Amino acid sequence: MMRTLTFSEALREALHEEMERDETIFVIGEDVITHGGPYKVTDGIAERFPERIFETPIAEAGIMGVGVGAAMAGMNPVVEIMYMDFVTCAMDEVVNQAAKMRYMTGGQASVPMVIRLPCGVGRLLAAQHSQIMESWFMHVPGLQVVVPSTPGDAKGLLKSAIRSPDPVLFFEYKRIYTSTGEVPDGDHTIPIGQAKICREGEDATVVAIGPMVQKSLEAAVLLEDDGYDVEVVDARSLSPLDTETICESVSRTGHAVVCGEDSSFAGAASEIAAVIGENCFRDLKGPVVRVGSPHVPMPFSSELVKHVVPEVPDITEAVSRVMM
Amino acid sequence: MALSPELCKKMYTDMWRIRLFEEEANRQTSLGSVVGALHMYCGEEAVAVGVCSNLRDDDYVLGTHRSHGHCLAKGAESHRMMAELFGKATGTCGGKGGSMHIADFSLNMLGANGIVGAGIAPATGAALASKLRGTDQVSVCFFGDGAAARGTFHEGIGLGALWKLPVVYVCENNQYQQWVPRMNVAVLDSVADMAGSYAIPGVSVDGQNLVEVHEVAGEAVERARKGGGPTLIEARTYRFYGHSLGDEEQYRSSEEVDEMRTNHDPIQTFLSTMMEQGWLTEEEDTEIQNQVKDEIAEAVRFAEESPYPTPDNVTTDVLAPEQEVA
Ligand SMILES: Cc1ncc(C[n+]2csc(CCOP(=O)(O)OP(=O)(O)O)c2C)c(N)n1
Ligand SMILES: [Mg+2]
Repeated sequence: MMRTLTFSEALREALHEEMERDETIFVIGEDVITHGGPYKVTDGIAERFPERIFETPIAEAGIMGVGVGAAMAGMNPVVEIMYMDFVTCAMDEVVNQAAKMRYMTGGQASVPMVIRLPCGVGRLLAAQHSQIMESWFMHVPGLQVVVPSTPGDAKGLLKSAIRSPDPVLFFEYKRIYTSTGEVPDGDHTIPIGQAKICREGEDATVVAIGPMVQKSLEAAVLLEDDGYDVEVVDARSLSPLDTETICESVSRTGHAVVCGEDSSFAGAASEIAAVIGENCFRDLKGPVVRVGSPHVPMPFSSELVKHVVPEVPDITEAVSRVMM
Repeated sequence: MALSPELCKKMYTDMWRIRLFEEEANRQTSLGSVVGALHMYCGEEAVAVGVCSNLRDDDYVLGTHRSHGHCLAKGAESHRMMAELFGKATGTCGGKGGSMHIADFSLNMLGANGIVGAGIAPATGAALASKLRGTDQVSVCFFGDGAAARGTFHEGIGLGALWKLPVVYVCENNQYQQWVPRMNVAVLDSVADMAGSYAIPGVSVDGQNLVEVHEVAGEAVERARKGGGPTLIEARTYRFYGHSLGDEEQYRSSEEVDEMRTNHDPIQTFLSTMMEQGWLTEEEDTEIQNQVKDEIAEAVRFAEESPYPTPDNVTTDVLAPEQEVA
């Protein structure tokens, strides 16, 4: 059976179900009780699990460090950072502590924590409230980076992230919290590290991240008119990256476009493009092209923002270009 | 700075400018002209004005996400600020910053800030620069009670105290941190009490009372300027609006808000003082309010008529323009 839920409802369900299943799970973050967080993902948890939700002062480094310590001592914290931009205030705790503990201790330590990160443009909050730092964390060994694009994947991936013995950076694009989609009933999980072919096609592969998946599907429909049969792959997990699914698709179609909302320069799409270049060179019939934003901080004015965030026409243009 | 009727009139005008600027910005948001977050400073005007009325033009100010008041009190022009809120090219930041990032370096207003607590150490740094250059400029950092929980508060004030820098740390304790009452997430009610950890003076003051804020800040600014080091001021204040627009304010009662608006409005409180002292006539009061209303109407007209930034602006200002290498 399937039900239709919003992205935030799906996340909320995953949290409730996991907390019911496992008593070591707790939630910690700013405004998570009084308001259920800015996107209401933690709504209702305080009523149901009052002992296992902690509303904090504004102290990201403290919040994250507490998460790391509790995780090493056998708990499963789900840390909410109100906007991902503020995770920079807790970088030591993520990068030097959470990520490296297992390795440095020769495998003794386990840091099973989830760091939830609302990201990207929402309602024009400019440069300090709009970032997407996928590639920052992809670059750190010991961290996992997942980016769901639908409510179903949001639920399934959050459950897997919570059950993972290692830290997971869980990217939630603010723009899609209210989007709806089907969510399977029951204990629905999606393994970390698996991409998904969302639409099959023969002429070109579009690998997309987060909200770019939906835009790529829309672009694929438009491209039918030009006679192009486009395959769309949702990367879903950026680290570990599902090289196999991505490269199998590109080798079959012979063309690749990689789409992310973040700046293409040294972004997640760059790593994917490099992997495709290395593995599929002999099957490629054209260049691998990235679609993303220019390498600039997010401006405030809507008139500038619309030239930063990539949209459907950027994808159709890129596909047409590689097919030429 | 001793209180003269002229200074009082200026401060009174400055408070009205903040109030009416924001109420208009609020209205423009509902009309869709102003976009993004708008953190209203209304109710807290006496803090910005009481502190900045002690500053020289070349003194530094750093602010918060709630900084319309700090900018206006430091002398920023309302029409350029309004244009910034509209996202226009003529805005204080050319439309790149918006409400949370207004800055005016021509006034040494080094910026509002979207990151809570992010201004404290930089204010200390600006004070270090004054000391290094041998000027007697003072730095002021405004921040909320929520910021006092951050490591940047401890580290920033710690360095300012260690080097006895000319800086005044002004905490606006409005008793809420976004949607959470302060005492749900704090153990110490008074932020001023934290000054002891850094061996600097800590003073708590009624932030709804302009005269008190002005005096306490005056002493702190003078001490800083004369080499006596930092002061931590806690202004007990209250925001009349929600955290930002659209806030349903379920965390506080409407009675509480009404009580503060009715009995602790900093503008009305100061008006009574001025009337009692005979510093202001009713005619002058009306004139001041009308003059500010006209100014704000003009600011909106300017913002409306201004052009949007053009697409080529997307990639400018990331780094300094390329300079020719000699
Ligand atoms: C480092 C950081 N964490 C969280 C936020 C989100 N946030 C913005 S304002 C705010 C509350 C700030 O409270 P306070 O410092 O008391 O200032 P007030 O809004 O009351 O003026 C929060 C949590 C942020 N901007 N920066
Ligand atoms: Mg506050």
